[in-house]
Amino acid sequence: MPKDGGIGASSKRREDVRFLTGAGNYTDDINIRGQAHVYFLRSDIAHGTITSINTSAAEAMPGVVKVFTGVDFEAVGGMPCGWQVTDRHGQPMQEPRHPILAHGKVRHVGEPIAAVVAETLEQARDAAEAIELDIAELPAVIDMKAAVSADAPKVHEDLTSNLCYDWGFVEENKAATEEAFAKASHVTTLELVNNRLVANPMEPRVAVGDYARGTDDSTLYTTSQNPHVIRLLMGAFVLGIPEHKLRVVAPDVGGGFGTKIFHYQEEAFCTFAAKACNRPVKWTSSRTEAFMSDAHGRDHVTRIELALDGDNNFTALRTETYANMGAYLSTFAPSVPTWLHGTLMAGNYKTPLIYVNVKAVFTNTVPVDAYRGAGRPEATFQLERVIDKAARELGVDPIALRRQNFVTEFPYATPVAVEYDTGDYVATMDKLEEMADLSGFDARRQASEAKGKWRGLGVNCYIEACGIAPSNLVGQLGARAGLYESATVRVNATGGLVVMTGSHSHGQGHETSFAQVVADMIGIDENMVEIVHGDTANAPMGMGTYGSRSLAVGGSAMVRATEKIIAKAKKIASHLLEASEGDIELKDGAFSVAGTDKSVAWGDVTLAAYVPHNYPLEEIEPGLEETAFYDPSNFTYPAGAYACEVEVDPDTGKVTIERFTAVDDFGNVVNPMIVTGQVHGGLAQGIGQALLENCAYDENGQLLSASYMDYAMPRADDLPMFGVDHSCQTPCTHNPLGVKGCGEAGAIGSPPSVVNAVVDALQSGGKDVTHIDMPLTPARVWAAMQ
Amino acid sequence: MYDFDVEMPTSVAEAVAALSQEDAQALGGGQTLIPTLKQRLASPSVLVSLNGIAEMKGVCIGEDGQLCVGGATSHAVVAKDAAAHFAGLAELASHIGDPAVRNRGTIGGSLANNDPSACYPAAALGSGATIVTNARSIAADDFFQGMFTTALDEGEIITEVRFPIPQAANYQKFLQPASRFALVGVFVAKFADGVRVAVTGASNDGVFRWTEAETALGSDFSAGAVDGLTVSGDDMISDLHGTGAYRAHLVGVMTKRAVAAAG
Repeated sequence: MPKDGGIGASSKRREDVRFLTGAGNYTDDINIRGQAHVYFLRSDIAHGTITSINTSAAEAMPGVVKVFTGVDFEAVGGMPCGWQVTDRHGQPMQEPRHPILAHGKVRHVGEPIAAVVAETLEQARDAAEAIELDIAELPAVIDMKAAVSADAPKVHEDLTSNLCYDWGFVEENKAATEEAFAKASHVTTLELVNNRLVANPMEPRVAVGDYARGTDDSTLYTTSQNPHVIRLLMGAFVLGIPEHKLRVVAPDVGGGFGTKIFHYQEEAFCTFAAKACNRPVKWTSSRTEAFMSDAHGRDHVTRIELALDGDNNFTALRTETYANMGAYLSTFAPSVPTWLHGTLMAGNYKTPLIYVNVKAVFTNTVPVDAYRGAGRPEATFQLERVIDKAARELGVDPIALRRQNFVTEFPYATPVAVEYDTGDYVATMDKLEEMADLSGFDARRQASEAKGKWRGLGVNCYIEACGIAPSNLVGQLGARAGLYESATVRVNATGGLVVMTGSHSHGQGHETSFAQVVADMIGIDENMVEIVHGDTANAPMGMGTYGSRSLAVGGSAMVRATEKIIAKAKKIASHLLEASEGDIELKDGAFSVAGTDKSVAWGDVTLAAYVPHNYPLEEIEPGLEETAFYDPSNFTYPAGAYACEVEVDPDTGKVTIERFTAVDDFGNVVNPMIVTGQVHGGLAQGIGQALLENCAYDENGQLLSASYMDYAMPRADDLPMFGVDHSCQTPCTHNPLGVKGCGEAGAIGSPPSVVNAVVDALQSGGKDVTHIDMPLTPARVWAAMQ
Repeated sequence: MYDFDVEMPTSVAEAVAALSQEDAQALGGGQTLIPTLKQRLASPSVLVSLNGIAEMKGVCIGEDGQLCVGGATSHAVVAKDAAAHFAGLAELASHIGDPAVRNRGTIGGSLANNDPSACYPAAALGSGATIVTNARSIAADDFFQGMFTTALDEGEIITEVRFPIPQAANYQKFLQPASRFALVGVFVAKFADGVRVAVTGASNDGVFRWTEAETALGSDFSAGAVDGLTVSGDDMISDLHGTGAYRAHLVGVMTKRAVAAAG
């Protein structure tokens, strides 16, 4: 029976009422009295030396408040990088200076060079056109392999080369892995591209800086997934504002997908300029600016090799990946191709030896950082593609080959440094075969062929590491941050609760699902619980939302704080009931004495806490408010199995997805409807990557896909009705809710099954095609067929 | 966008007079012009809207039996009002852009702009339409003069488009995945005296007639008649979404499909 409230209930998303009726409060809705607007003059050249910049004509234009260039920021810090990777030889990565406004050189199309603050945006834009700018163009470095050749132009003159780091993992396994390859019965090799993507949240980025001269307080309103992180990075490392004088607010945010994790120049600029101009300063990104200034995602070029013995057991795996960093290091860029990618290369399989090599490269392109899945989609794609190719080469069933090599005993320590606490990959594959009706595929293939279409079936598994992360572990790996989460639970006198969480909801539905958890623990109605997030002025220090971590880490902090509340409330109840504290039970919102009919309601206890007339003041403080910080002891490991069926039009190469089935093990599920929605969205983005989306540069570094005329977003009619299941549940063993995280699974798990299915379809049509690089546009599929 | 004035004439004569001002620009449905202005890629002094001119709106059958579409008629109106007379044209109009585009965009605006990936130029050339302006009548064969180039003079307004009604016609559009404009679109029309085939989306020179296919289909109006015919990809558009060779291939595929659908 579906529950009608609490954990496990598909409660309707309470936040959707305001989102869908135009009552949301997004950053662009914030307008402060006296506000001025900024327009950024951005580079239209990928690589060049700024030989002169003259702003005097612009400064004289109507409405102009002030014009800023790179020299105005010489006294403040550059944009910080939050993760330091150590290379194969024990050396730290090369870390270039990243200015707020370009100084001396421009390094990618879209880099801000100057900023005009004016009374109106149009006036700012008019004045920006009056800035006299000369840039001496330099050869642009776009292709990663060319970028690391000896004679390549350098993106940063003060670095030794364009190589950010050359990372080996696990370096100690390298020789043994090579030995295993030498002994292999069969080796399958695949070279592939994980295509560069632009996140394209519906709401572009916005920043509003405000400064109170009377108190010297700065406030930044921004479209962020983690306002506390922005406060720390911008305050401590860029502008030198102590945290107690800086407030960062991320109100309603219309989608993030990773690209709103990072600290951006525009945020620092608006905060800085508000003080410099003594006026609020607002920036709203246009969609065109978003394409050339939001951090991009993916962009890996990989060679992967899988070694098998004579019985088709995986014996070793090695990979060599070039990972594009773009022109500068975005906040968490170095971690994505390394610790979020190499550690997942074991997948769902018991391959004993793995060696991963990653070369991170600077190019004259927009910085690349985490995008929904971040490293894990790149790992999953190459692994699940090479397994499929191996099965075809060996003439064995791709599902059987996977099953044969599944990890089946838990906990399982992989050869790439992580330990899976729990899982059941056989169960998810069994469920997939049933739900996707794989036994009916041959009949569906015949029906497709009867209408002149080639039908293909693609299957893959995936595993991800979520709930990032144990702080002491990530500290050893180079993180310059802790990755705990926080919650304060404030109970009011009349029994309602406010939970202030460091997690941030920008589409995930926390305001609903987090309330379900607390309400369930106490046994009260969900509507008595309010979730507050996104403002450093009222929530305790938190690390924010990304990596499918909010419920596993933020939810756990909330559980711990609520447990403290319950413990204190029981003390108060024992006093009111004149019973021993150990005999007090909480059920359905009432405290009772075990074995008796004596009870006191939740509201009576909360009232007593704030009106402590009959209260043990000598033993406990009045009030009912508790805070907890939760630092996880391990990652969580959601996993699943996906199946995709496509039809390919042999005349045009057009691929249509006919069926898609996703079976996920997310551990325990708080709100099944929200989880299903998260999977739907992830699938849309994963299928978008596989079939449609491609961020492309020409050889001069011009962005070819800078608008929706050329960047293809998935639309509803590109997608089938999804079959989604999350009934296979192996609860996480180390967090109090037993949850694993569901936000990224769809985007991680879907691209390989789409490509596997297209290859299957083409082979059924007699085409000797073993791989096509994403996106599988009609033109690419047709070209592969020729 | 830069500052400009707007005028809303109510007759063709007033519009022509308004467009004689320096740097004046006619505004149809604005589906190309308004985004261009927003990107500051154009700076007209005055926009002369053609949307208030009643004589330029609507669909009717002329005395010669041709379908007459006013130059300021929206795609949505053509989709609805031409359906009973010229289903192939109405169907084409019903698949341009999305509902917002179809309710704002006009046939005159589309033809005057002559975007190489637009749908309407294929219908006009493929059915041998006549483009009527405030000054003259221009045969479609003479009107389209290359990408974004037409026979229109400065300030000349398309007041009406006259379509001969074919015995059978169909338009097949293969979508560019991002913009959903035509990567290749083929309009096929069968008349008593021959077949016309017009191709949009493919060529660097804009919409063109595929005369080899017209000849073959003239003697045998069946998809099989196009078998073995090819167009060269050399002068075709080559971009992120397809090479010239791919577009050339699609011309054949879409032509066959249009013939099959036209019946």
